[in-house]
Order: sequence, then structure tokens, then C-alpha cells
Amino acid sequence: MRQQVEGSRAIAQAVAWCRPAVVPAYPITPQTHIVEAVGAMAKEGTLSPCEYLTVESEFSAMSAAIGASATGARTYTATASQGLLFMAEALYNAAGLGLPIVMTVANRAIGAPINIWNDHSDSMSQRDAGWVQLYAEDNQAAVGLHVVAFRLAEELSVPVMVCVDGFVLTHAFEPIELPGQELVDAYLPPYHPRQLLDPEEPVTIGAMVGPEAFTEVRYLAHHQLLQANDRFPALAGEYAAVSGQRLSALSAYAVEGARTVVVALGSVCGTIKDAVDELDASIGVLALTLYRPFPAAAVRAALSGADHVIVLERAFAPGAGGVVSADVRAALAGLPARVSTVVAGLGGRAVTKASVQTLLAQAEEGRLGELSFLDLRTDLVDRELGRRDDVHRTGPHASHLLRETGVPSTRIG
Amino acid sequence: MLDVRFHGRGGQGVVTAAELLSVAAFVDGHESQAFPSFGSERMGAPVVSFCRISDVAIRVREPVTQPDAVVVLDASLLHQVDLFAGLSPTGYVLINSVRTLPELGIEELVDRHDADRLVTLPATDLARQHLGRPLPNISLLGAFAALTGAVSLGSIATAVRQRFGSDVAELNVAAARAAYTIVKEARRAPAG
Repeated sequence: MRQQVEGSRAIAQAVAWCRPAVVPAYPITPQTHIVEAVGAMAKEGTLSPCEYLTVESEFSAMSAAIGASATGARTYTATASQGLLFMAEALYNAAGLGLPIVMTVANRAIGAPINIWNDHSDSMSQRDAGWVQLYAEDNQAAVGLHVVAFRLAEELSVPVMVCVDGFVLTHAFEPIELPGQELVDAYLPPYHPRQLLDPEEPVTIGAMVGPEAFTEVRYLAHHQLLQANDRFPALAGEYAAVSGQRLSALSAYAVEGARTVVVALGSVCGTIKDAVDELDASIGVLALTLYRPFPAAAVRAALSGADHVIVLERAFAPGAGGVVSADVRAALAGLPARVSTVVAGLGGRAVTKASVQTLLAQAEEGRLGELSFLDLRTDLVDRELGRRDDVHRTGPHASHLLRETGVPSTRIG
Repeated sequence: MLDVRFHGRGGQGVVTAAELLSVAAFVDGHESQAFPSFGSERMGAPVVSFCRISDVAIRVREPVTQPDAVVVLDASLLHQVDLFAGLSPTGYVLINSVRTLPELGIEELVDRHDADRLVTLPATDLARQHLGRPLPNISLLGAFAALTGAVSLGSIATAVRQRFGSDVAELNVAAARAAYTIVKEARRAPAG
């Protein structure tokens, strides 16, 4: 059934069709509409049986999710930004214990400065927590990814994070083909846990492990996570067969024969494809859906013909550079392709077609270096840096730059 | 592609207007996308929302910087925010105001625009009359349908009925219909 619906609402509906038995959640912008809608469905009984737990923090949300999942209940939650950071300790535990929790991250920047807008800083900061990470290009993909996420998580006994651009997708109304209960039931069998806390057969989940076996337990987690490189495409293929909605670990757009390929994750891929279509140039786009485990072999194969790979990232590692770029560079080791990192769209700055086209023109002219920041206001940055030469007590950058750029609520783009 | 930008203040239904326009366009068989410009939401603060209507799937996610139509829910923004930035001379403008265009002090816009495409409408008054509440958004959608022909009044009614409970929906549908009629009749009458 194709509907014009808000992304959050569609995700909540897809999650409800997956029949989670426990949903512990704490609201945070821009995830709120999702958990509100799931909560409403649990309350009105359209999602039943389901225990919706209103907890007092994100740390509690993930801790409760761990407890619920360990008892063999299908468990879902959602968060964003500071909320994800607040869960960090429990995220590692969920993965280390091999609990197949599915969580939506409505991607948003992390502070300081305080910022509620979209980028990938939150989920990228937790990329090594041991969770599978999937990034949705649009809301159609977000719906399908949630359904596949439960199947993947439960088959491999690993937690899965479905990353959906906050506001840009969560708050967007667009046409979405919704699968429906029958289709989801046919695709996603009831959860049969590989381990559970059962009074009839008592086990310990979360035993302390010393140097004698810690490496081996961690190795097994790594091995288990790597299975997703094969299993995600296979399960996505099964989903496509029943739903008609194609999902893939990575999708190549005009990549064949292209000299330059832009690699990106999430909703920005649509804008980049439109930008590329308007240019008369040999440029492709590689959209990564699966980021953890990193599908290195598939990325290498897709990019093997490119001379120049531009990784457009919605987050970065201060003091180092690109995050995704590091994985891409490692995947391309030994190949002649040059890799440029472009940090774009931080804290909700719109990534426009015009900016992408300017960037691609620079690349064509050989003027794109190893690391650059899209649409960086160098005048502002230089003035602020100059201040340091004049006085010792420079004060906070954030306030200075706000004064210079004006009132944010009156801007359009 | 028809790119629409809505400007208003928090509490006036700026975001809902864009969302319902996208639903109406969908009901009419178009592809469409609506999203808000995200701020720290609070009553009275300037708010912007966007709607794209197209006959092919929409992939782009950037804000609308070159609108084909601008809808202003609150005329007090006229001299505060650059409401018409990027608007082409053939674009549509719909302003919620009891005043006429010459009274609004926007000569620059009026001079360079096709007069047929500029409309003011007392949408807040219409809303008070029909709903008993000063929420101009749905009336403006009715006027938008009449001004641009991009969506049908019937589809706006469908979108409104999907969103609201039956009583509120019917009051809003009546307001939209009244606004639609006013704009249609004004455009039928000779200029002057």
C-alpha cells in the first residue's frame, strides 16, 4: 500500500508489524515521533502483546532493552545524538552479549555547541560498538531496513542500528510503499533466541572473562558481525522478493566506467545523484547502506575502475579527518585511485546540488585535496583565528560566530 | 516540478500546511515531498516549510531556495525575513492579509511580478469565521489550489479529512472551499 506519510510514522508502523515484545524508550528530538507512535500503538492495542516501558534516560532504555532481549523477547528502541552517547556503555554490552536488539538512530549532531540538526556524528561515534550499522537513503529504504534488521539481528545474534537522517527523513512526508502485517509476518518468523535466561535451563549471560578467553570472545563477536557481509545482502534479497522493494549493502549509480565516484551514506545520496545527473561528466555515486561490518571487498570491487574517489561524509574525526574515508582507503589499498575526503552537512547545514556541483567541478580541475569542508565560511574562520593573535582571552567561538552570522531562525537554507 | 515555500510563525500550522499539500498532490497522482525547516520550535518564532510536487520521483533533499510559489501565513514577516528570496518573476505569491497588495509595502515584488500570480487573502479571518480559531493554513491551501491549479480542492479536502477528526476536518474543508471560491472569483473579475 503506497501512502504519503511522515518518515517517522512509516518507521513506527514497520516496527510494529515486526511485533516487538518490549520497547523501552526515552524521547529525544528528532526520534520522538517514532517512539510516540510505537507507544500509541502499544497503548491502543494494535501492537499487542507489547510492553512499552517509559524509562528515565537513554542509559536505562538500553539497559532495559538488554534485560528484555536476554529473556528472549524481541526488543526495539530508538534514540539520537546525546541520547546515543548516554547509552554508549550499554551499547557495547548489548553487542558483547550478542543480543539482537534493533534500534533506530535518528541521526543528529552531538554537542558542543548544542545543535539539534542532522549529521552522522552520533552513529559514527559508535561505529565500533559491535553493532551492525545500516544507513537509509530514503524513507522507503528505512521501512525495509527495519524489517530486515530484525531478521538479520536474530539470525546472527547481533544488535542492529538502523540510521535514518534526523528531520531530513524522519520529518519528511513522501510516498512510501508500506509492506503490511501479512507480508512482514511471512518474512520475519517469530524470534527463537540462541541464548536466553530461562529458569528451566539456567545460564549466565554476561560472565566475567579474564585474559584466558577475552580475546577469543571478542574474536567470535567480530566473526559473527562479519557474517552480515553475506547475510544482509541475502536477507535483503529475500525481502525484495516478497515486497518488491530493493535493498542492497551498497548501490552503485552510474559507477560503471566512471572516472570519479562519490561515496556517501544516507539521504544526501539523492541530492548527489540529482547533482551528478545535471552534469555532463563521468561521475558515479556509490551509496553505502551497510557500514558495519564494512563491506570492504564489495567497495573495492565497485570502485576498482575509478581514478578519483570522493568520500562525502556527514561527520569527521577531529584531528584526523574522514571516518568513512579511512575504511574506503583501506579497502582500496594497492589500487591507483586517489581518495578525497569532503566533510559536508554538519549540524544541519544543507548539502545543496549547487554545492555538490561546485565540489565536482573542483575535482574535475584537480583542485580537490585530501581533506576539505564543503561550503566552509573561510572568511568567518579566518577572522576568528585572527582574534587569537590579538588577545589572549578570546572568549567562546560559538557566540562570536552566531553574532556574525545573524539569527538562525530567519535563514532558509 | 513545482517547489513551494511556506513562511509563517510557530503555531500557525506552517508545517502542517506543507504536509497536507504534499498529501493532496499525492492524492492527485503526483510525486511529492514535504519537510520543515527545523528550528527550535516555539510559538511565534519564524517557521519555514517546503513542499515539492513533481511527476517523477523526488530524490533531492535540499531546502527550496528557488521557489515557484511562496505562501506567507503571517504578513508581519514581510519586512523581517527575505520571504521572496529566489522567487522567479513568474512565481506565485499568496499572502495571508486583510490588506491589498499596494497596502503591504512590497512594491518591489509587485512591480516585477505578473499581477495574476499575486494574491492576498484574509485567511485568518476566514479561519475564525469557519473554525472559530485563527489558524490560516487550510484556508490558504484552498486559495493555493485556486491560484496555481497544481492540486485540486477535492484532494485538499481528502488530505484534511485524513489528518483531522471529522468535526474539525469539515470546518477546515469549509474554510478551504470558501478561500478557493474567493480567489477563483477574484481572478475571474476584471483587474482593477
